[in-house]
Amino acid sequence: MKINKILLMGNPNVGKSAIFSRLTGAKVVISNYPGTTVEFTQGYTKIDSSRPAIIDVPGTYTLHPTSRAEEVAVRMIKDGDLVINIVDATNLERNLYLTLELLEQDIPVIVALNMWDDTKHKGIEIDVKKLEKALGIPVIPTCGLTGEGIKELVEHIPKAKAKKINPLKDEERWKHIGKIIEDVQKLHHRHHTFLERLEDLSIRPVTGIPIAALVVLCAFWVIRFVAENLITYLADPFFERIWTPLIMKLSAFLGAGGFLHDIIIGKLIEGELDYSQTFGLFTTGLYVPFAMVLPYIISFYFVLGVMEDFGYLPRLAVLTDNFMHRLGLHGYAIIPMILGLGCNVPGVLAIRILEEKREKFIAATLMAIAIPCMAQIAMIVGLVGQRGGAYVVLIFLTLFILLIIKGIILNKVMKGKSPEILVEMPPYRIPQLLAVFKKLWMRILSFLKEAVPYVLLGILFVNILYVLHVIDALSKIFSPLLRNVWGLPKEAIAALIVGFLRKDVAIGMLGPLNLTTKQLVIGSTVLAIYFPCIATFAVLIRELGIKDMLKSAAIMISVGIVVGGLLNLVLRF
Amino acid sequence: MLISLVDMEPGETGIVMKIDGGFGATRRIQSMGVRIGKRVKKVGARFWRGPQTVLVDNFKVAIGFGMAAKIFVEVERSEDK
Ligand SMILES: Nc1nc2c(ncn2[C@@H]2O[C@H](COP(=O)(O)OP(=O)(O)O)[C@@H](O)[C@H]2O)c(=O)[nH]1
Ligand SMILES: [Mg+2]
Repeated sequence: MKINKILLMGNPNVGKSAIFSRLTGAKVVISNYPGTTVEFTQGYTKIDSSRPAIIDVPGTYTLHPTSRAEEVAVRMIKDGDLVINIVDATNLERNLYLTLELLEQDIPVIVALNMWDDTKHKGIEIDVKKLEKALGIPVIPTCGLTGEGIKELVEHIPKAKAKKINPLKDEERWKHIGKIIEDVQKLHHRHHTFLERLEDLSIRPVTGIPIAALVVLCAFWVIRFVAENLITYLADPFFERIWTPLIMKLSAFLGAGGFLHDIIIGKLIEGELDYSQTFGLFTTGLYVPFAMVLPYIISFYFVLGVMEDFGYLPRLAVLTDNFMHRLGLHGYAIIPMILGLGCNVPGVLAIRILEEKREKFIAATLMAIAIPCMAQIAMIVGLVGQRGGAYVVLIFLTLFILLIIKGIILNKVMKGKSPEILVEMPPYRIPQLLAVFKKLWMRILSFLKEAVPYVLLGILFVNILYVLHVIDALSKIFSPLLRNVWGLPKEAIAALIVGFLRKDVAIGMLGPLNLTTKQLVIGSTVLAIYFPCIATFAVLIRELGIKDMLKSAAIMISVGIVVGGLLNLVLRF
Repeated sequence: MLISLVDMEPGETGIVMKIDGGFGATRRIQSMGVRIGKRVKKVGARFWRGPQTVLVDNFKVAIGFGMAAKIFVEVERSEDK
């Protein structure tokens, strides 16, 4: 039989993704976004002359799905030709449950006994030959970190055959596993390592909360440090020294003032090119995504990737569980929120890991209103930061307070209560750089694919609206709301319109308006709240359904109006 | 003596005897490896109403407070393990 599709299946956190990145080349196709539990990643490997697809299936404990992520995994078996069952050698007993279930399916299975390196310091001894015999399929010890055993694994693929054992009942299966374990595994006594002690400390409130505070502060500091350096030493010099001269030549060629010139290059300010004011496709349209936002995207996803692979995020979920219950969620909802800080789109997609409709609605609405994405954050830091760091803090503090108030209200008014958290705490592990960078690379590509077209579209769109005098008309209509409620000039309407497309461009458009600091703070905050960008809007509709989305949108718009108005009344600077 | 996970002291071990959750929740917990008959060790803190973390074999599972209150274990107090 020809093998076209290989599935990597196993419990969560057993090293599926690590083995995946060992098996596949650089060319990886992502169905949407990586990093969320339910999305899967596909790549290609080379076996002799064929190039079968390899799929990194979401982690699952059983083939009787108990959650949405598991449903996805189970459905994928139907169109696979072979399963590589990644088994965590340090947790053989539980992992074998899925293995036995897989053997009951009509599909060839090979076991990769991963974390093999870890068995030694955990005092676990496994007789691989005996295990092979007990299961009746090839078992290959592997290490996802070093790539040990991967070659052998690949060699077994062409000869694998389906075994199809008779289905067992739950009880019988566990009994069977018990026998296998007794036969193949020996445990030795050993001492706790430093990382293991740190694990326990980070979930006890007394020690865990200071640790969490430290981690979050460090994360922010590193994100900012890396991003600012990327901007100062890479992005800005590139645009100033290489791009600007090219654009100036193009400008001379097109002849200033023409329609084409205005759209491609924008309006030069006294013959000078100012990337924050010019608003042409090739100037601001490229500068915003590449020089202002991308550096923050890179550094954010790098730090996030390290924290994910270290195994810290589930600890944060445990620590915040109490607090999140007040908002109608449970601790695990912190993970979509953190992803949402990168980009709301994968954040909303990750809301799928939450089981109930109510918590999904709350999480999505909270995220769309109060979690600014990295593109927005970068622009706020870039633009408002010039007026002083305190104003940036003020904006984020406002959003955070809003998150809490809104969560509490939604939790009170919506029927039902928040479900309980149930999540495995993976051991702390030093992240593998190859895997971290591969994930980072995929996320950067996703950002570029999602963001750049919309940024360009946004700029094109607003230029056309200006030319057609639509902005003038709208600014007259909306000027009472803008001026009387928010204290903004009527020209700010253009930013609000573009905000439906991209928040980064929208905030950038506040730049040339010569706003006072107060106006800038209000404008940025309102832009963050009043509506999600179009990409987020689209996934929200898909995830929530049109009716709930409309409800959610109504909440956003009214909150945007009220909060902007309150800030206008309260702020005194 | 049968007590719930919530009432175990950190560091104590016990054998899971009873899970009183609904059908779905019980199945999810069992599939994650917290099963009747397994030995579990409580890690983390006891005094707050947050998730309760237990060590089973070589893995740890955090279980929401309400759910943890419905999982009962026979504590091994005399044994010095
Ligand atoms: N010690 C050790 N760590 C591993 C091995 N394979 C993966 N890891 C680490 O285990 C963690 C979880 O791996 P990952 O591939 O994300 O697991 P997945 O959830 O199954 O995709 C990561 O920190 C990996 O770097 C291995 O063979 N040995
Ligand atoms: Mg993975």
